[in-house]
Amino acid sequence: MHLTKDEEKLLESENETVRKCMEILVALGEIYGAERLVEIKSAQISGISYGNIGDAGLEWLETLNAKVVVKSYVNPAGMDIEKWQEMGIDEGFYEKQMRVLSALKRLGVEMTLTCTPYYIDTPSYGDHLAWAESSAVIYANSVIGARTNRESGISALAAAIVGKTPMYGLHLKENRAPEVRIVVRGVEPAYAGYEVGKLVGASIPFVEFDRTLSRDELKAFGAALAASGGAGMFHVKEQTPEWEDFSIPEEKIEFEPDGELRGCEPDLIAIGCPHLSPEELKEIHYLLKRHGRVKREVWLFTSRSVMKEHAELVEKIRSFGVRVFADTCMVVSPASERFECVMVNSGKAFEYLPKLRGVKAIFGSVEECIRRAAE
Amino acid sequence: MKLRVRSISRGRAEGYAIVSKKPVSFLGDVNPETGVIVDSSSDIYGESIAGKIFVFPEGRGSTVGTYILLRMKKNGCAPAGIVMEKSEAIVAVGAIIAEIPLVDMPEADGFDMIQSGNFVRINADEGWIEVERED
Repeated sequence: MHLTKDEEKLLESENETVRKCMEILVALGEIYGAERLVEIKSAQISGISYGNIGDAGLEWLETLNAKVVVKSYVNPAGMDIEKWQEMGIDEGFYEKQMRVLSALKRLGVEMTLTCTPYYIDTPSYGDHLAWAESSAVIYANSVIGARTNRESGISALAAAIVGKTPMYGLHLKENRAPEVRIVVRGVEPAYAGYEVGKLVGASIPFVEFDRTLSRDELKAFGAALAASGGAGMFHVKEQTPEWEDFSIPEEKIEFEPDGELRGCEPDLIAIGCPHLSPEELKEIHYLLKRHGRVKREVWLFTSRSVMKEHAELVEKIRSFGVRVFADTCMVVSPASERFECVMVNSGKAFEYLPKLRGVKAIFGSVEECIRRAAE
Repeated sequence: MKLRVRSISRGRAEGYAIVSKKPVSFLGDVNPETGVIVDSSSDIYGESIAGKIFVFPEGRGSTVGTYILLRMKKNGCAPAGIVMEKSEAIVAVGAIIAEIPLVDMPEADGFDMIQSGNFVRINADEGWIEVERED
């Protein structure tokens, strides 16, 4: 990989954190055949739940001594940092989680604590980014047309401190072409994403839906696709910004739902994976007005910033007996583990809840979730 | 036998090789408290990689594996060095932050020639390894 003189200097920096970060970027560039580094507009750092990184990760973060040089955001943590007790999080976890956050804050990372950084700062078409959260990566690439690989928490942090990322993979236009063509009919987009992900793995699909999807539906589809498969990008016919830029694979795979989803009786209904947009909060409020006060435990997850900007709406939703949390979600928080069966409208949570939290999950549309909650 | 390699994580290390012919996920395959391989489908199941030159073809699995290398280093049971056929992000980043020398892509068929028990020197600063074979 070609390095400029300034970049080479960073490899010999007296600041150990900067040196290590540069070593990480160079190693990744070598491994994946990048010709050079490219400047990034922002970084988004995942893997910050204390439950994931443990003491080793926490202590390592605390040894770092540098400042990020681009806008840098963090993924959800293991708890709502204000209402952690209401979630049933113990004090030991709280303290360790807060130490993780302080270590990142000291580096200049903004405490956004969301998997939807694009609601806070929307990138532009063509921007290079180093984002780590898989649902944000796939949204940025597919719906916005920005360019980012699926970074790990540490490689995104290294990119934030250097301000650059190795230019390979989805940073290059030729690697963004669709590899497989899928036709989806009569399925909730979030659930279609879960099934299509299993079908296509890490390949980039070109998808034809039977109707026009909202941005929130594209978000849900992509999140599920990236979780059960591993793709960093998808194209949707006549919808996403780069759909016409490549030749479209001729062979079509038709996807239609087959049979019933296995059920369990939900003791928690959790919505907000990825974090809810203002429009989704409004829709949920509308559904609550129609179906009435909830009779089961219902948890909604959104970002702190959306929650603050729509404080009145959030209070109205809470008046139906629904809990609304920020900074975390049902997938990263250990709080979900004390339930047996969680109903979700998210294909991503449907994939991860059994694997990461050891609880059963069932899928329903947001309307089915709210109706079930009020039964 | 001295072989040119690609340097991924800098530094020098030496020790006896332990070779797995299968891809490795540090999350789940290795006990981070002892360095013992706990994946029962592994060809080196039950053996320890602590203090050795760990030789394996490629990484697999979750990015959380990066932090496992760091944990092993803190617990004193990390491998002294790593030689891979082809490295990838999870193991590479883990080795860099845990300061474990890591090289990959030994020249010729070098990777296949290393056997468990061979004494291996890694110089990732200069980009070579030396393998002492008993035969």
